[in-house]
Amino acid sequence: MSFVRAAWLVVRKDVLIEARSREILYTTLFFAVACVLVFAFGFVNEGRPVTDAAPGILWIAIAFSGTLALGRAFERERQHETLRALMIAPVDRPALYVGKLAGILLLLAIVEVIIVPLVALFFHAPLFARPLLLVGLLAGGTTGFAAVGTLFAAMLVRARSRDVLLPVLLYPITIPVIIAGVRGTAALLQTDVDVPMARAWLSMLVLFDVVFITLALWTFEPLMTE
Amino acid sequence: MRKLFLPLTVVAAGMFMMAPFLVDGAPYESTMGLVQKIFYFHVPSAMTMFVSAFVCGISSAVFLFKGRPAADRLAVAAAELTSVFGIIVLVTGPLWARKAWGVWWVWDERITSTFVLWLIFNAYLLLRKYGGAGSERLAAGLAIFGMANVPFVYWSVNVWRTLHPKTTVVPTLQPGMRGPFWFCVTAFLLLYVLAITARAHLEAERARLEEIYLAIEE
Amino acid sequence: MDFHSLTLTGITRTFGRRRALHKVSMRMDAGELVAILGPNGAGKSTLLAIVSTLLAPTAGDVRYDDHTSATGAALRARIGLLGHDLYLYPELSPAENLRFFAGLYRIDRVEERISTALDRAGLTDRRDDPVAGFSRGMRQRLALERALLHDPRLVLLDEPFTGLDDAATGALVGRLRELRAAGRLILVITHDLDTVDGIADRALMLHRGRLLEVPNAGAPLRERYRAALAHAAQPAAGPS
Repeated sequence: MSFVRAAWLVVRKDVLIEARSREILYTTLFFAVACVLVFAFGFVNEGRPVTDAAPGILWIAIAFSGTLALGRAFERERQHETLRALMIAPVDRPALYVGKLAGILLLLAIVEVIIVPLVALFFHAPLFARPLLLVGLLAGGTTGFAAVGTLFAAMLVRARSRDVLLPVLLYPITIPVIIAGVRGTAALLQTDVDVPMARAWLSMLVLFDVVFITLALWTFEPLMTE
Repeated sequence: MRKLFLPLTVVAAGMFMMAPFLVDGAPYESTMGLVQKIFYFHVPSAMTMFVSAFVCGISSAVFLFKGRPAADRLAVAAAELTSVFGIIVLVTGPLWARKAWGVWWVWDERITSTFVLWLIFNAYLLLRKYGGAGSERLAAGLAIFGMANVPFVYWSVNVWRTLHPKTTVVPTLQPGMRGPFWFCVTAFLLLYVLAITARAHLEAERARLEEIYLAIEE
Repeated sequence: MDFHSLTLTGITRTFGRRRALHKVSMRMDAGELVAILGPNGAGKSTLLAIVSTLLAPTAGDVRYDDHTSATGAALRARIGLLGHDLYLYPELSPAENLRFFAGLYRIDRVEERISTALDRAGLTDRRDDPVAGFSRGMRQRLALERALLHDPRLVLLDEPFTGLDDAATGALVGRLRELRAAGRLILVITHDLDTVDGIADRALMLHRGRLLEVPNAGAPLRERYRAALAHAAQPAAGPS
């Protein structure tokens, strides 16, 4: 129980800090919207959007803005070495990971609430035909991306070149997540919605999440102590 | 191992000299003819690359959890060789594709998965090079994640791939092909063992040099 | 879980080619205040990081009575660290900062202890303002209270007198005396030799990663330290 308590304290602290300045929230949101717009210009041909591009653009926007948010979130902990204070506290160190992960997920959930309808709007994509499956895919995919991202961002906090190394490390590892997210969403957009396909992708995402969160919990302490 | 190193190098050199003759003697594959013969180097390279990726992942785990420096030296050697054998696969693949199907790149699930894995282990090397002090442990973490990712990459690329028309026909091994194929596999794996031994030894010598350097300061 | 002694045996820590600490050994018991002196870059902060369980030594042993850092959270609950970088969240107020750490350390009577702490730090009237607007001295006082909030057995302070005016310095000296009398183990890294002279039981010096005793008797600490430094800087006589 103290594990959950510690994670909860960390999330609450992060939410409190973010609620004050809202810096990460606003900048990430803005960036995500700008991302979608930039891609739109790439894929909207003579005012007619390429609907097939919608899932790809959605997930790329999530990946890019997620990376940005992760970098900023841990930069904050680095500034006054508060991450050290957390590591020294009498809590299970993996609980710190869970707390940070929960905070990032919350942030990305808010971002997705804005950009999913935006993508649906710009690309005339019927994303809401199967809302439950869509939410499932978004949740599964974002969790997979954030689970690996939180661990990598945390472990890079004391590394040199950490800004560029985070995407370099994160994107190859999360390729399966992006594939599953994009293809699963695409399956939902077909005129004949391919539910079994979408479900298959969702199952893979869930499995990915379980495996990699477990790996992260297992390796967090050895990676964070020098 | 040291005593065997030189004789084994000679054996490996001999095997690679013999290989072209064996490959020449193997039967032609039905659809692709002569072009298919690059497969005798392409596939063993891929197999070696995957072996190397697992060696890196496992020794990284040993290093991260048990702290043995020898494990770290093996891991960096394995990562470099993963990259090298990966380059061989990623060059021979398009060469084959160009001659067999007229395009340089086909989104074949195997070569795509290889590409992703290659990226991950190159990221490992970048991290070690540019991450500053302590990046050996962080890279070990990445290697473990990379190794765990292999089934996911393969599955997702595979399923993603089946939605597209298949342009790859992976040849089933005719009896006449098996001999040369496994000969080449053995040659590549032997080369790998020699290379990783030499590379890990180089790291060990470097570590000894650092120790001497530190001892002098006393 | 509690302990009453701290023993370092042969602590060595290397960062690649750089050896930050070389076979450092020492022992201290409850009720002792030990000052750690030394030029910049000598390894003082590294030593503190190892004792606080943040960093693992390359070789050697740290024991808290018979326990090691493997004891984990229970051990960390008895350690308090004031680092060089203060460990405060600038967006939060002093009260919020203290409340967060109080939660992590499972302190009871939280609000009461926060009020006492803020009082001691002289920050009661600014208790709800974000720390970002505070001066270095104010942050230093708050960071000290944060480090001591859970009444740790082992108190590790890295340059605690930085940015403090005379009154605050006096208050801190008094506080350290109280802690020492209450049987705490206190390790203080400082450049403020005159201030620590009166309260330190012992002074140790780190020079290029090696730990040396600063002789105890006679002259003021400042002179003893200078002498020890000069002695250490001499090249070793004779063959090594």
